[in-house]
Amino acid sequence: MNNPQLNDKGELIHLLTLEGLPAEVIGRILDTAVPFVSVAERDVKKVPLLRGKTVFNLFFENSTRTRTTFEIAAKRLSADVINLNIGVSSTSKGETLLDTIDNLVAMNADMFVVRHGQSGAPHLIARHLSAAGQTGIHVINAGDGRHAHPTQGLLDLFTIRHYKHEFSRLTVAIVGDLLHSRVARSLIHGLTTLGTPEVRAIGPQTLLPAAIESLGVHVFHDMADGLRGADVIVMLRLQSERMKGALLPSAGEFFKHYGLTQDKLALAKPDAIVMHPGPMNRGVEIDSAVADGKHSVILPQVTFGIAVRMAVMSMLASS
Amino acid sequence: MNRRNALPDAETALAALAERMQGAIAIDAALVGIYSGGAWLAQRLAEMLPGNHPLGYIDVSFYRDDYSKKGLHANVATTQLPFEVGGSRIVLIDDVLYTGRSVRAAINELFDYGRPDSIELAVLIDRGGRELPFEPTYVGARVSVAKNLSIVLNRQLDGRLELTVEAAGGA
Repeated sequence: MNNPQLNDKGELIHLLTLEGLPAEVIGRILDTAVPFVSVAERDVKKVPLLRGKTVFNLFFENSTRTRTTFEIAAKRLSADVINLNIGVSSTSKGETLLDTIDNLVAMNADMFVVRHGQSGAPHLIARHLSAAGQTGIHVINAGDGRHAHPTQGLLDLFTIRHYKHEFSRLTVAIVGDLLHSRVARSLIHGLTTLGTPEVRAIGPQTLLPAAIESLGVHVFHDMADGLRGADVIVMLRLQSERMKGALLPSAGEFFKHYGLTQDKLALAKPDAIVMHPGPMNRGVEIDSAVADGKHSVILPQVTFGIAVRMAVMSMLASS
Repeated sequence: MNRRNALPDAETALAALAERMQGAIAIDAALVGIYSGGAWLAQRLAEMLPGNHPLGYIDVSFYRDDYSKKGLHANVATTQLPFEVGGSRIVLIDDVLYTGRSVRAAINELFDYGRPDSIELAVLIDRGGRELPFEPTYVGARVSVAKNLSIVLNRQLDGRLELTVEAAGGA
């Protein structure tokens, strides 16, 4: 099988999706991220691994947190980082995606971090680069359409492993708007690859993708049933801006049925952790008392996200 | 490959190293071992030497000069320096001193934590062959082996240290 993310030695050359990525590779990324966590605790928050490399952040879609964490990760590896705000640059003058890439390659780019509204755009760039023989240039998918957000999936896996140590006995409940969520898709692929026995998708019929059971998850429409006995609860953001048509009666109605409150959290295991990929809508999918409560690991997720992105970048740059 | 006889016994070399360091290193010197062999040696030396020496461990993977050629190896450990590096007196400890490139990487990393007052270098084995201008302050034993061989320090289940010779770059 030809996996465009791996070279013939099985090393990671692009990170496009967690789907089909072998468990050993995912495990290696998580292991590599561990020592990077402590880099942030030092006087000089930098290591010289990517010195002299140029990383282009290509964000065709808005994002503050993800772009910032990629920028911090690259800078802590001593790379030079160029942020391109594509919305206001060449593409609005009619340049195609691949022409933009070719121009940046001509500027000696070493790595592209790509967010795009269209599923498959990072894939297209990776294929284009290998067709052009540019094997030394790497692509990281920072979120494409509804398809994948692999570094978010990896930082979620890292967070779960940090608090729960292993996956083989866990029940993980993913709650809310799975339909629009590339985060959920990446996390589900990662969890099943690493052998998580029970992954649950909780949400109204209108916000769950059709045939989501084929990914190996159990579907619950009743939140109380779905949360019972959970070790990990992943709350998703209600992506109102992507909703066309009447998927929901109202945000208030959604919170009543699928918002995480202290009462509902009490149905999960006493040591359950609560995660959220951000940005949070307080009072829509999560109650403030839970978001700021002792089960919440939402801010550690952000910190771990930098270490995980450092691990991915340094593994790519050395393949 | 019966070169084992050419090597000194690791425990004997360690005893010799400890004897040279005793009374010579600062009473409050921190012992910082380079993973993995140097870390084992630092633990042993902390038990053998009088005084209360802070222990630290350093993984130089993020600072190696052959990263772009060889990449990151699979098990990078976490550098732990649980003392104030700025103003400290440090004895850097490694198992085998050869080209000097690990020492260069380790010193670079230490300076990202602070400015030590001094750094000395203690090694179990000096095998010559330097490519950088480093000389150890304290040496357990000096040996010479062929260029295509590596000297490897192993730790047995009972904690005893043992030296072996392996073909270099086999991995």
